[in-house]
Amino acid sequence: MRESSRQIFVLVASFALLAALPWIAGAVGRPDLVTLGSQACVMAIAAASLDLLMGRTGLPSFGHAAWLGLGAYTVGILAFHARDLGPPWDQWAVQAWAVWPLAVLVPAALAAVIGALCLRTSGISFIMITLAFAQMFFFLFVALKTYGGDDGLTLRRRSTIPGIAPRDDVAFFYVCLAALVLVLLLLRRVAASRFGTVLDGIRQNERRMMAIGLSPFPYKLAAFVLSAGIAGLAGALHVNLFRFASPDLLHWTMSGELMVMVVLGGLGSLWGAMFGAAAMVVLHAVLAQWTEHWQIVLGPILVAVVLLARRGLWGALGGK
Amino acid sequence: MTLLLEQLLNGLQFGVMLFLMAAGLTLVFGIMGLINLAHGSLYMIGAYAAAWATLQTGSFLLGLLAGLSAAAVLGMALEAAILRRLYARDHLDQVLATFGVILFCNEAVAMIFGRQPLMAGPPPWLSGAVEIVPGVPYPVYRLAIIATGLLVAAGLYVLISRTRIGMLVRAGATHRELVGALGVRIGLLYTAVFGLGALLAGLAGALTGPLLAVQVGMGERILITTFVVIVIGGLGSIRGALAGAMLVGMVDTLTRGFLPATLRAVLPASEADALGAGLSSMAVFILMAIVLLWRPRGLFPAHA
Repeated sequence: MRESSRQIFVLVASFALLAALPWIAGAVGRPDLVTLGSQACVMAIAAASLDLLMGRTGLPSFGHAAWLGLGAYTVGILAFHARDLGPPWDQWAVQAWAVWPLAVLVPAALAAVIGALCLRTSGISFIMITLAFAQMFFFLFVALKTYGGDDGLTLRRRSTIPGIAPRDDVAFFYVCLAALVLVLLLLRRVAASRFGTVLDGIRQNERRMMAIGLSPFPYKLAAFVLSAGIAGLAGALHVNLFRFASPDLLHWTMSGELMVMVVLGGLGSLWGAMFGAAAMVVLHAVLAQWTEHWQIVLGPILVAVVLLARRGLWGALGGK
Repeated sequence: MTLLLEQLLNGLQFGVMLFLMAAGLTLVFGIMGLINLAHGSLYMIGAYAAAWATLQTGSFLLGLLAGLSAAAVLGMALEAAILRRLYARDHLDQVLATFGVILFCNEAVAMIFGRQPLMAGPPPWLSGAVEIVPGVPYPVYRLAIIATGLLVAAGLYVLISRTRIGMLVRAGATHRELVGALGVRIGLLYTAVFGLGALLAGLAGALTGPLLAVQVGMGERILITTFVVIVIGGLGSIRGALAGAMLVGMVDTLTRGFLPATLRAVLPASEADALGAGLSSMAVFILMAIVLLWRPRGLFPAHA
């Protein structure tokens, strides 16, 4: 895959704008914009991972929020128990280099099991069964009173990253931005690889892939696991950003919103998910400021996007 | 023993409710190929309209009528305005657009009725309890729900397997284009089927209202359980919907009834209750996983 010069221009401009966000926020006297920017980066990571499934492999998962939540709770629960652990574990349990990889591995491992089950079905059943499994995790975390149940789990302080003060929101914004860039480059690498080509083939015509001697199942499962792992990383960043994890993060409406971000950005366009996520995060913030009943506006917007805007934001910005 | 009988009847009652929901959803899927997330919203609308009308007029039957007509009319309006454009689209578009409809409906209901739940108990002539076997009292209202649900299931069976409309519905489910080619006005048939599904969802909502608090978000809770029912039963199959609904209703009710008490034997009471509640919420999903391992297309696949 090669980006056109117009697309490269849009990408460079967008990332330059993002990188300059802390200065812009300072100049207009709105430091809360930095948190909004971090949130956009985190959701962009989650949406980009879902696009790998939905857009590239043709697997519309309606339960992606589960991986986001599991990543967040992995970080939260380890930090919660850090004091009970003896040295050196008590230090490790709050270190980003130790905990964040776990927040990737735990969802990925669970996704290997659940994906193997879900991938026995296809089409509409796949949508329903992924939704059902995500709800299962949602109910599990609601029931775990030790970790706050309904009220959620507070993270006492952000995971330790050497050289970065835990309370420095601007520094954390750059951590999120760097993670987003790395994830997008990784996904671009995947898309250009043989593995990515097979996923494209599976989306276009699974039967033909079988006819040329490829078994689709392991490829689909690998995509499912990879996508869950990346969403877990987004979860780890999310819990650090707000120092809080709650079952809401696993709620089915979050899965729905992630799907909306992908489609709004442009299904299967890799870079588009980022724009979809940013648009949704900003739209939320603007509408929520305007009225408590912001969902009554969001709902019709979604319907209109699905019915009318087929190519998504990336198609509109980057052209064809 | 008494408790077991009571819980079995509760399971049957929940199963009957789930069937009313699942029948509409699976019919719409089977015939139009549409996956309608807003089915739960129609359930909520039925419940709200019924509770509100009951509270205003004091008559349960008028409330029931209001619930049924609100769900059916709004359902058909929804079909004509939005969903009709989605039949030819892929499932992803259908899910997203109907997700938008849910957000709209939930917020609209919250703006009209507020966030406080509406409470309208069962009517006087259906309240109280009867002894089903000596020494085991059971609420009359729940028995009435079971009877209504079974009656509707029987009616639906007759409608689909014995009447001309049912024949068109069955034909539409398997050979959509052919039915159109034979001169049946397929658009009208679609609207009628959708209206029937909406009516059943409204009936489920209106009947459940007096048992639960009528509140925003009640639709999604039952919608997701209904999905489990349909996946277990087999997509598009009414028979499967019935079997799945009974299975899920029983498993859900029995685990909720007995799991916390069983866990109390090994855990402290408060933890046992929380864990038991959580595990019983998960039980139906585990049931679904087991069924799918054994039969990936559900118990009664429609197009076998």
